[in-house]
Amino acid sequence: MRTQLPLIIVFITGILIIVTFFIPHEPFGSLEQRFLIWYSIVAGFTMLLGLDSLVRYHLLKIRDKVSGWGFSIVLLFGLFLTLGLGFYTWAKYKSPFALGSPFMFLYTYIIIPLQATMFALLAFFIASAAYRAFRARTTEATLLLIAAALVMLGRVPLGGWLWKQIVSLIDLIPGVHLASLKNLEIFARISDWIMDIPQTAAKRGIYIGIVLGGIAMSIRIILGIERSYTSGS
Amino acid sequence: MIWNIIGTWIAAGLTLAIFSFLYKDNPFYKFAEHLYVGVSAGFGVIYVWAFDLKPMLIDRFLSETGVERWILIVPAILGILMLTRWFGKIGYLSRLPIAFTVGIGAGLGITASVQGFLLPQIQATLLPLTTINNIILVVGVITTILYFYFSREFKGKSQLILKLGIIFIMISFGASFGYTVMARISLLIGRIFFLLSDWLHII
Amino acid sequence: MNFWKKLGELDRRVIYAIIGLAIVIPLVLKLIMPIRVSDTVHNAFMSIENLPAGSIVMISIDYDASSEPELQPMLIAILRHCFRKNIKVILTGQWALGLPLGEIALSRTATEYNKKYGVDYVNLGYRPGYTALMVGIGREIRDFFSTDYKNIPIDSFEFMRKVHNYNQIDLLVGLEAGATGDAWVQFAGGRFGQKMFFGATGVVAPDLYPYLQAKQITGLIAGLQGAAEYETLIKHAGTGTLGMPTQSVVHGLIILFIILGNLSYFILRKRRQ
Repeated sequence: MRTQLPLIIVFITGILIIVTFFIPHEPFGSLEQRFLIWYSIVAGFTMLLGLDSLVRYHLLKIRDKVSGWGFSIVLLFGLFLTLGLGFYTWAKYKSPFALGSPFMFLYTYIIIPLQATMFALLAFFIASAAYRAFRARTTEATLLLIAAALVMLGRVPLGGWLWKQIVSLIDLIPGVHLASLKNLEIFARISDWIMDIPQTAAKRGIYIGIVLGGIAMSIRIILGIERSYTSGS
Repeated sequence: MIWNIIGTWIAAGLTLAIFSFLYKDNPFYKFAEHLYVGVSAGFGVIYVWAFDLKPMLIDRFLSETGVERWILIVPAILGILMLTRWFGKIGYLSRLPIAFTVGIGAGLGITASVQGFLLPQIQATLLPLTTINNIILVVGVITTILYFYFSREFKGKSQLILKLGIIFIMISFGASFGYTVMARISLLIGRIFFLLSDWLHII
Repeated sequence: MNFWKKLGELDRRVIYAIIGLAIVIPLVLKLIMPIRVSDTVHNAFMSIENLPAGSIVMISIDYDASSEPELQPMLIAILRHCFRKNIKVILTGQWALGLPLGEIALSRTATEYNKKYGVDYVNLGYRPGYTALMVGIGREIRDFFSTDYKNIPIDSFEFMRKVHNYNQIDLLVGLEAGATGDAWVQFAGGRFGQKMFFGATGVVAPDLYPYLQAKQITGLIAGLQGAAEYETLIKHAGTGTLGMPTQSVVHGLIILFIILGNLSYFILRKRRQ
């Protein structure tokens, strides 16, 4: 029963959703809609799943005074402060998301800077990697580097500026008149072309493969061949 | 107003604490990192309450009547069963709500992938080979698929297909890399702009 | 002779410092550079420009603070465009931690154009499980959003009373930092024929080009440059336009890094041989 019931549920819900796609009439239509609403409700609960292990792990760290346990206090303090301010703001402002409320203060001045700066750090790492690791060792790597450089040039005003400088320089040669080409924005055009044609072609090829794999996996799940989701408690 | 100033200083302090990681790992960074995890987890709980449990379950239970009211017990039970993962022994019960979401996800995924991706994408590739761009696009899609999804070893002239596939894939990775650099730099500009403008009022 | 060797072994912190300065200096100097508008952004702009007053645009906040510098200027520019044209806006979001960013942008732009909550715009908030929601909205939006994000019934807003599903939504604008855009195309677009365009981070934008070529989306605003282009089109400069000169300098620097790194590598390799 422990393994059979989940398989039956997956089969019934999966088939119902597919049948409703083709026959959206009653009773399938409203049954599908009801299942979709339930899905949304149940999906919310999954957001709580990690909470238990997070709190337990850090409580144990504090209890056993494992190295760095002070930071666990910071983490739990952050968690309970947010919960406290969230419900307080709710009671006072009727919604936790009222602008100017204590809960939104947390969002604006703690969540935004922390989350945004975490990702901003990557700019430094990617610049360092560009300098140290991107070597044109093979033809393939060279192609990658050239495409990257052209896109980086073409996607910013620098490309336009650089092109104008190149045209001005060539124009200095006696007898050559290229001034009319100054506004051609050649780097931007190359960048647009790379994105529109070869890049799009490769991405489409890759995604067609991924989607076909996804469909095959979904069919296996509905038919009960793929059962990995039932493993673990 | 005073709260805005205090908030900006807190935000600037936390921004610098994260940036300090660039020099080396240190307690300021660790403090900010742990605070982030704690506050985000707290936000998650408030979200579940504000945007899921309250409007979708509790308010509906109070406003609906008859069957529509009592049937809400089903998703409520499924949701609670999901949380049995917290308790080792009865954790297997969480397989029921997981099966429910997996079944719906798989069902939705199959039809959407075919109707919303495969058919329109293949149709958009069935182009008349009358322009160079059309030829490149069609050849690019086909050789990329062949490169990735045929495990057979290519020999002799058929190696050309493999080479062509690699060329397209490398150009695509290069373009993605260029765009990724662009994105990361933009994020850094955003943070430094905040420090210079909101905090230091230099710009 | 040791120059190339030293260059090859440059400490990462020196590189970090150079990058930091390359951002601070242009920002302080307030450099300005002309913005070239690409076709993809122009097409996105025209999708809103061609809508008559009173049309309804749904904007989905599918990002959070980690992509705020790229996508927030887009959101603000699009909201300004909508409000200027008296287009009604329904805001929602599929990324829980990003939703307040939508509210912040709404309150700011609505004040600029004297727009009223519930009359000119609403913020529906967030519901978990976006794939189910995207299909469910195709039948009845109230099944998921019977109330807005402040828990006020949406039927108390006059313009929302006639909105039931995608048929009443003239355009969907997804601001994407992940895979949610694919879901919008496949569920709302594929099954219900919803017209849409995207604004996306630089990381995600290349993945969305196949949809653009297949005309499944009408336009694409990519990265901070895209935001700057949109700001240029609505003739209202914001942080996108402000950031582009700095972005240019850093791009130039990184290309220089790649060239120098490779030069050092090849010269040293030749020497070893």
